[in-house]
Amino acid sequence: MSILVDATNKVLVQGITGRIGQFHTQEMMQGGTNVVAGVTPGRSGEAVHGVPVYDTAREAVADTAADTSIVFVPPPFAADAAMEAASAGIRLCVVITDGIPAQDMMRLKRFLRHLPDETRMTLIGPNCAGIISPGKALLGIMPEHIYLPGRVGIVGRSGTLGYEAADQMRALGIGVSTSVGIGGDPINGSSFVDVLQRFEADEETDAVVMIGEIGGPQEGAAASYIRQHMTKPVIAYVAGLSAPPGRRMGHAGAIIQAAGEAASEKVELLKDAGVAIAPTPSEIGETVQATLAQAKQPA
Amino acid sequence: MDVHEYQAKELLARFNVPVPAGGLAYSPEQAAYRARELGGDAWVIKAQVHAGGRGKAGGVKLCRDRHEVWQAADGMLGHTLVTNQTGPAGKGVYRLLVEAGQNIARELYLGFVLDREHERIVIVGSDQGGMEIEEIARQHPESMHRRLVDPSVGLPAFQARDLAFALGFRGGEIAQAIKVIQGAYRAFRDLDATMVEINPLVVTQEGNVLVLDCKMQVDDNALYRRPEVADMRDRSQEDPRETHAVDRGLSYVGLDGQIGCIVNGAGLAMATLDMIKLAGGEPANFLDIGGGATPERVAEAFQLVRQDGEVKAILVNIFAGINRCDWVAQGIVQAVEQTGLDLPLVVRLSGTHVEEGRRILADSGLAITTAATLKEAAQKAVAALDGQSAAHTEVPA
Repeated sequence: MSILVDATNKVLVQGITGRIGQFHTQEMMQGGTNVVAGVTPGRSGEAVHGVPVYDTAREAVADTAADTSIVFVPPPFAADAAMEAASAGIRLCVVITDGIPAQDMMRLKRFLRHLPDETRMTLIGPNCAGIISPGKALLGIMPEHIYLPGRVGIVGRSGTLGYEAADQMRALGIGVSTSVGIGGDPINGSSFVDVLQRFEADEETDAVVMIGEIGGPQEGAAASYIRQHMTKPVIAYVAGLSAPPGRRMGHAGAIIQAAGEAASEKVELLKDAGVAIAPTPSEIGETVQATLAQAKQPA
Repeated sequence: MDVHEYQAKELLARFNVPVPAGGLAYSPEQAAYRARELGGDAWVIKAQVHAGGRGKAGGVKLCRDRHEVWQAADGMLGHTLVTNQTGPAGKGVYRLLVEAGQNIARELYLGFVLDREHERIVIVGSDQGGMEIEEIARQHPESMHRRLVDPSVGLPAFQARDLAFALGFRGGEIAQAIKVIQGAYRAFRDLDATMVEINPLVVTQEGNVLVLDCKMQVDDNALYRRPEVADMRDRSQEDPRETHAVDRGLSYVGLDGQIGCIVNGAGLAMATLDMIKLAGGEPANFLDIGGGATPERVAEAFQLVRQDGEVKAILVNIFAGINRCDWVAQGIVQAVEQTGLDLPLVVRLSGTHVEEGRRILADSGLAITTAATLKEAAQKAVAALDGQSAAHTEVPA
């Protein structure tokens, strides 16, 4: 299995004719992804790496039965592109674009919530590296060669730290079932909990590496989910333990900020939930190795 | 992006939020003229800096005559104001807001901010406004009233009214309070703000509800569609190194140590700082080249990091996905060939086109220390620094 993507996803690339869109379409196709269509308004009839381009997502889906999309559209139009995908019947959408206004994300999330449960699109990102199920499909911008196919899931805010984890694991011969970048923006499509739930249910994932960061409530929420529902071992690293306190203006942020948003508080919350903590970013691989070895021993 | 108090008030006034009569001054003479223009017998002179805590730091003065106004303005303009929010370097004062003094009966607090957990705009109100609001929030959480706004509906009058009653507004104040709450919400929404904070919101002895002080932050990602706000940017309030970087599409953060860092991605940047500290070093700054960096942009980044006088060693840590290691290597070589290399340089490249990148560095013949892992890179950078300071102390001996 793996989660979210494998060789069966039929992928639509939104913003396929741009420089970045073209480059990553090629990379994804080389990674085994079944790219069936592209969208750039006003460019229908063209082709990019042999993939037909359409004016609208609706036409692309009608013609090619695409069920998954990836967005490389510039920030002012990216949230709109994701809404277009959702209304065209796309079920999974990854937004790579960085720099989307926060209120656009707020509106996009409301838009998705108003869709009926059974047809609601899953959104990953924005400002993320995307998803890779090594050996099966790439729906993102990761360098494919650093991932070994295997049975450990990765979920993280930061793209580059996700690469760091996969690379350290590969050096130790540990492979990845799926790696998901959920993105670093204040409002994002899927949270740690959303992705952990999928890994918990996935038969081909034995353990999960979670890479958190200073700020925001999502790692704290993940800690309570892990404590209550997760049976598989979780290994975590939280970046920003030595980060300087952010400069800020005014008090409103501090007043609404929940406890547990500092990196050290997140580490404590995760530890309490039974998560194995990688003390430094270069010990993620070793911590995974030790945790897997421990899990194999009969209790 | 932060805006000044006078700009925030100007923006709120466009949404029918009542603010005190006032005017801007760039000189003591202009301040005295503003006071005469405003009339009355009391004026408040307020230093315009991008930071709070001005009152305690001497950045707000109440004056009773025009001579006092002139003196207060002269004492602030051209000086640096250090408050508990500016950091030790402080902020330069180049603009003053001169306002008519108010007879204050009550002070309240009203904040609007993006709530990441609920993914909505949240309004926080308290009937105890003023300088110690965070302390009040900790000790009397029950005095903080929160209202979440559904972005697909907006802020209906009943919700604003409900909050106004909760905050203790009565009689003729109610309609005024609703005007403030709804107006500030619309300003937040229509200007793509990430924070609007009115502290204090006051009720005067004459029964008027007024915004006495206001801070506003606007989403950098939305400035392209808010040109009227983007024009309010004041570079004098920014760290010049950060401004220089932002203008080149790079993101720079100045710190206090000696190792300059060039990285890609905020997460890897934080991990690199963590690793340097664990290796016993202190980062001087970090520069995030972002995604898709060309050799030219990398070279620019390199020059920016070097320009920091405190930097004694440079660490480049790139894990390329959307970036390319060969471009990063080309950028480094370009930068070093232009200006020479007078500092230890440690480079760790990984990811897309890593072999080409490493080859470019090796073929350049430059004295670059390479590292395969993040840990090794941090240790080598700290060692280079120690070796350098050891060599430095040995020379005179």
